Amino acid sequence: MAPDMAGLVTAAKDGDRQAFEELVRATHADAYTLAYRLTGNEEDASDVVQEAYLRAYKSLKRFRGDAQFSTWLYRIVANCAATALGKRSRNRHDELDDDAELIDIRPDYDPDAQLDGTLERERVTEALRELPDGLRAVVVLRDVYDLPHEAIANELGISEAAAKVRLHRARRRLRERLFPLRGEEAARAV
Amino acid sequence: MRSDITCESVAERLPNIVEGAKADATVTAHVESCLRCQAELVQYRKLLRSLHQLRTEVLEPAPGTLTSILANLEAAGERGAIRSMLSGRRAAYVGGIAVATAAAGAAGALVLASRAKRRGLRIAS
Repeated sequence: MAPDMAGLVTAAKDGDRQAFEELVRATHADAYTLAYRLTGNEEDASDVVQEAYLRAYKSLKRFRGDAQFSTWLYRIVANCAATALGKRSRNRHDELDDDAELIDIRPDYDPDAQLDGTLERERVTEALRELPDGLRAVVVLRDVYDLPHEAIANELGISEAAAKVRLHRARRRLRERLFPLRGEEAARAV
Repeated sequence: MRSDITCESVAERLPNIVEGAKADATVTAHVESCLRCQAELVQYRKLLRSLHQLRTEVLEPAPGTLTSILANLEAAGERGAIRSMLSGRRAAYVGGIAVATAAAGAAGALVLASRAKRRGLRIAS
């Protein structure tokens, strides 16, 4: 049976730590998935999720309940991921370029062993991972998680106009990579 | 009738149009009459569908992630409890000083009042 999220949120806001732990149990895989999609690797995703729950715990009293708990948590995850990605790009000089080949370190990521639908998702996931961090974050939050432009801009610390430009670029790159037109396919092959 | 606008300039707008952004009449007219742009729009729709489907997929976190999150929360909770206990003690300490000061003040006032009373009685006699 699905947990009563609203009840758990109310109890957690009243200081019931057990209730907050239940919320964590109910949402951590989802939060991790978003963190993984935003950061593109397991280690960063785990760090982001840890930090996100700590922030959520500390600021739970400020959660007004006008959005779903999961949406509120996604925004925190997005914010933590933006911080982590910012640190990563400052610390790493070999920033991946568009053509860099990515090696998937997830042990269960063997596309040959997956079903067709999964293969398609793997292809999309891989294309997302190849995007620069800033473009990937915007397109994941908008087109996968349906967050409004304003929320995306706030959590990533950029203007709404910049978020829209990044989204436009990200969609264009993904479309060319995943769903090329005939001429584009030939151009890529050259 | 094909409009003057080029496929390149329409292509620039397709990533927004696919999400429902309103296209101006010249762009709409161009797409309606241009097979290449229609094909590109279809590809963008497929892309959005594929991205949206990712929403239903939940990845399994590495073993130990949940335990580690809960342990961190517990540690944070304990730190918070210690902090509030310390701030409670500080409040009690400050409160104690305030009570002692008030008591000393009241005692002083009583002494002064009784002295004044005695002085008054002496004058009267």
